[in-house]
Amino acid sequence: MNRIKEEIQKRILVLDGAMGTMLQRHSFTEEDFRGKRFKDYPSPLQGNNDLLSLTQPEAIADVHRQYFEAGADIVETNTFSGTTIAMADYNMEDLVYELNFESAKIAKAVAEEFTSKNPKKPRFVAGSIGPTNRTASLSPDVNKPEYRAVTFEELRKAYKQQVEALIDGGVDVLLVETIFDTLNAKAALFAIEEVKEEKNIDIPIMVSGTITDASGRTLSGQTVEAFLTSISHIPLLSVGFNCALGAEQLQPYLQRLSNETEFYTSAHPNAGLPNAFGEYDETPEEMQSYIENYLKDDLINIIGGCCGTNPEHIKAIANVASKYKPRQIQVVA
Amino acid sequence: MVDSDCKKYLTLSGLEPLVVTPESNFINVGERTNVTGSRKFLRLIKEEKFEEALSVARDQVEGGAQIIDVNMDEGMLDGVQAMTTFLNLIASEPDIARVPIMIDSSKWEIIEAGLQVVQGKSVVNSISLKEGEAQFKHQAKLVKRYGAAVIVMAFDEKGQADTYERRIEICKRSYDILVNEVDFPAQDIIFDPNIFPVATGMDEHRKNALDFFNATKWIRENLPYANVSGGVSNVSFSFRGNNTVREAMHSSFLYHAIKNGMNLGIVNPTMLEIYDQIDGELLERVEDVLFDRRDDATERLLDFAETVKGSKKEDLETIQEWRNGKLQDRITHALVKGIDTYIVEDVEEARLSVSRPIEVIEGHLMTGMNVVGDLFGSGKMFLPQVVKSARVMKKAVAYLQPFIEAEKDGKQEFAGKILMATVKGDVHDIGKNIVSVVLGCNNYEIIDLGVMVPPEKIIETAVKEQVDVIGLSGLITPSLDEMVYVSKELEKQNIKIPLIIGGATTSKAHTAVKIAPHYQNTVIHINDASRAVTVVGDLLQENNTLYKNQIREEYNKFREQFLTRGKRKEYLSIEDARKNKYKIDWEANEIVKPKQLGIQVIEEFNIQKLEAYIDWSPFFRSWDLHGRYPDILEDEIVGKQATELFVDARELLKRVFDEKLLKAKAIFGIFPANTVNDDDIEVYNEQGKVQNTFLTLRQQLKKRESVPNYALADFIAPKKTGIQDYMGAFCVTTGFGTKALAEQFEADNDDYNSIMIKALADRLAEAFAEYLHKEVRTKYWGYASSENLTNQELIAEEYKGIRPAPGYPACPDHLEKNTIWKLLDVEKNIGVKLTESLAMWPAASVSGYYFGNKEAKYFGLGKITQDQLKDYANRREISIEQAQKWLNPNLVD
Repeated sequence: MNRIKEEIQKRILVLDGAMGTMLQRHSFTEEDFRGKRFKDYPSPLQGNNDLLSLTQPEAIADVHRQYFEAGADIVETNTFSGTTIAMADYNMEDLVYELNFESAKIAKAVAEEFTSKNPKKPRFVAGSIGPTNRTASLSPDVNKPEYRAVTFEELRKAYKQQVEALIDGGVDVLLVETIFDTLNAKAALFAIEEVKEEKNIDIPIMVSGTITDASGRTLSGQTVEAFLTSISHIPLLSVGFNCALGAEQLQPYLQRLSNETEFYTSAHPNAGLPNAFGEYDETPEEMQSYIENYLKDDLINIIGGCCGTNPEHIKAIANVASKYKPRQIQVVA
Repeated sequence: MVDSDCKKYLTLSGLEPLVVTPESNFINVGERTNVTGSRKFLRLIKEEKFEEALSVARDQVEGGAQIIDVNMDEGMLDGVQAMTTFLNLIASEPDIARVPIMIDSSKWEIIEAGLQVVQGKSVVNSISLKEGEAQFKHQAKLVKRYGAAVIVMAFDEKGQADTYERRIEICKRSYDILVNEVDFPAQDIIFDPNIFPVATGMDEHRKNALDFFNATKWIRENLPYANVSGGVSNVSFSFRGNNTVREAMHSSFLYHAIKNGMNLGIVNPTMLEIYDQIDGELLERVEDVLFDRRDDATERLLDFAETVKGSKKEDLETIQEWRNGKLQDRITHALVKGIDTYIVEDVEEARLSVSRPIEVIEGHLMTGMNVVGDLFGSGKMFLPQVVKSARVMKKAVAYLQPFIEAEKDGKQEFAGKILMATVKGDVHDIGKNIVSVVLGCNNYEIIDLGVMVPPEKIIETAVKEQVDVIGLSGLITPSLDEMVYVSKELEKQNIKIPLIIGGATTSKAHTAVKIAPHYQNTVIHINDASRAVTVVGDLLQENNTLYKNQIREEYNKFREQFLTRGKRKEYLSIEDARKNKYKIDWEANEIVKPKQLGIQVIEEFNIQKLEAYIDWSPFFRSWDLHGRYPDILEDEIVGKQATELFVDARELLKRVFDEKLLKAKAIFGIFPANTVNDDDIEVYNEQGKVQNTFLTLRQQLKKRESVPNYALADFIAPKKTGIQDYMGAFCVTTGFGTKALAEQFEADNDDYNSIMIKALADRLAEAFAEYLHKEVRTKYWGYASSENLTNQELIAEEYKGIRPAPGYPACPDHLEKNTIWKLLDVEKNIGVKLTESLAMWPAASVSGYYFGNKEAKYFGLGKITQDQLKDYANRREISIEQAQKWLNPNLVD
């Protein structure tokens, strides 16, 4: 069913860059976020980027288009916060299915438009599944270390709803990303397995963790190897890292991951580390040169960008990625 | 089979991974966090004493458990809740959570609750075919979906496997279902083929051990990648109460089980004899039973058991038990525990076992010190212990030194070379010495240039010795500028050695804003000794560019933030600040005329009197143990160390008192005084002539309404009021004798006591200042003759009047010390000197002023602006540049 498994053997696949950075360029107002439909919605909605799939669908489609034009093979749906848990901030839990379904459809339509123009380079849509804003294995209250703000069950249910909507909307692959707490990711993977079983389908899964700083660990304290061990019980298309670090800082961890895993690998780092003003200012050329180091070291099958990256970054990355062969893996018998 | 088959090993994870390879020998599962096996743990859980329950888990991990088994199966417990709570708590303890968890329950809902709260890959203990295939498959599927490995009991619908044939039949059937139908990874399957008791007197139990061994061997040969586990203590069940026999049985059983392929299991390490050390006759009889070698095997073991019954090991013997360990274990133990009693004897034994004496340092001793380093790095050892370890290490090295030198070419391989120095003008070296010792323990070669080291010498030595890192230390504020100067010099001479900054007045802010911009190479501020090891380690790793860039980035960011923050503060002009001075109503204020004016010297002082005045909290802080005395002695984390340190300190203090090792001297004077020109205080002699003038500095930060801008001069009546006021000045020292003592300790390679004596001398000097202040208040000046305060209240400064010291927040101007020295003729009278940076020598000295007014209070000067600097330079009659040099830390940037 999925051509992505064929394509990934042939070449390095390029993932898109940041959605938020692109949307900021529009400087959408509260009114723009609301559109007609949510004109009288009781809560403030500015900043709910996922909602723009319903109120500004053309802007979202346009971002996807720009990334495909820059050379991306895969774009991510605009659903990073598309769970009841994350949407609770806006009292929009009831909209979760629709948000995910529509976001998937928007991205899929643009992908098909590009695929039909150049069938030799099929384009794909990855359903973006974010970490939610709660952690299942860390207590938010230092005085109550046994307390958890969210349970596995709550996460599993929320993820399941998101996954069903993304699949119904037509995504080609699911991307569980920006994992800072492995237990959250395990709940997402658990939900995906349930949906796969119930719908009797198979859909490739990408998993992408986040190494938060130079400690080389996830926020929940796991080393690269422990993280990998904890999520490898499900057959994955790829495993990798994104966010928090720039391409340069990420390389040693990617190296360790690549040594250990039999899955394909992915990376979508930030455009460097934030400067004193919290902005990402690594240029496409700089980022390209760091990523070329990955390629020289044969570390990567899927490469893209996270915070601060834009179509110029992705173009630079796609250019250099096309000159190298994908990382080779041993497939277990 | 492809290459990657070699990766089909059982892999588990906590915060760190655990890969069970053929080389990993045997994985030991900790079993004390099991309510069915430990009454203590059950009680702790029932009483919700979770902290203690966690320490049981921590002990297991520290004791070497590579997985910890958690079981909450008890009738009176809510198992789901207990499992959830305890595993959540473990998740908050990185030193426990680093190992994988074995979720142990006979109830599926408890297992599932456990699976929902562990982020790592855990082990489920256990599932089986007991309730039929459907349930077995269902549970296995969920275990896989939750991402765990599983223990499968040799149990089916018919019951528990108790023969060789039943064991392999059930294991084979379970394996086939798991691998073929559930698609469960074979390497994630761990069989428990049931360890049952032997020597029970019943014939059907005779083959229990043998069948287990054989079944284990069959599983490992016929069920690819599957693992075998078991609970070992079951085997000796019939010998409960006879630990000698039980330990021998466990040891022998384990030895043979491992040989047959058991690769993980639950063993109580304290109930295990060393296989090679089992009494020959006992071992033979045990193995006769295990292998069912003779009909009367059980009787013979029982007979033997009678002979050793009750021969409990003596306590003394267990204390010294470590002496029976292998040479390396003994050396490691001595280093970790800081016991130097046997170290020379052990080192000699080690020396005879190697071809070159240096190998003892590089091998035996470094192996031990690495353990110390790891324990310290992971927060399991505390500074005083590490310093004790260093004492043992030094003793060992000192013993080896002549042998190494006899060999001539003997050279120790160090991890790196570190230059350490207290900068020019400063004499404080406690912190620097602690860092040196800690780094020394971690195999760095330390070149310690001592105190008051001029920059030229630092640079010259750094270049000549090709050091890897330069560490600068200082306590007094002028040292901050000296460090800036050193960094500029280093840059000028194009030196590329990372610089570490430390000491009480240093800060990350100062380092980032004032030092880092002047030096291209890495500059890092370290505030405690434990960080020194990691920082130096990171700096000296082969590929350190990333780390160095990160540090640079971090400091750049910090500086930017700091500077932007600084700009927001508003300052008053010095005129306006003076208008907003603290106003005492001098007409209504009571000024007590001192009973005794003039200077007094105390030469022969019984230092023992000071014991009651010691403020111990800073003493512990100087050893990086944080907490308030006396609570710190009971502190959960550092309490034990603090108590030990305290015992050692008291012991040395007693020696100091008994043998009169330190000499205390003091001088003070009380004089008529008045404030003139807002900020200056004139001190008069008996004839009423101005003898000296103290220059005080005034706060300039813009305050909210009705909050004054203080200067010390506000606490003395202005001359124009016509009221005669008074003030005092003092200097105390307990430092005479410290240097000789410290050197003596150093000569004995006893850094611990060398640091200790300096720390104690500092405390005694502070105590002396406190004591003398009280004497002045109640007797010599006598304005508080009825005061009766405890030491705690003294420490909390609940008395009337203040004794601020130059160089501290109310009066950061060190030049005032010159005035005090002139006024009291300190050097001539009691021998305390001032260095060029105006540090006092000996270091354990305190000097300052006395202000007796009840409205006098301590404050911090904060930052001042250029107008006050100019004004001050005029008053002091020095150039603005000189003034700037002395007041630099307090100038607005």
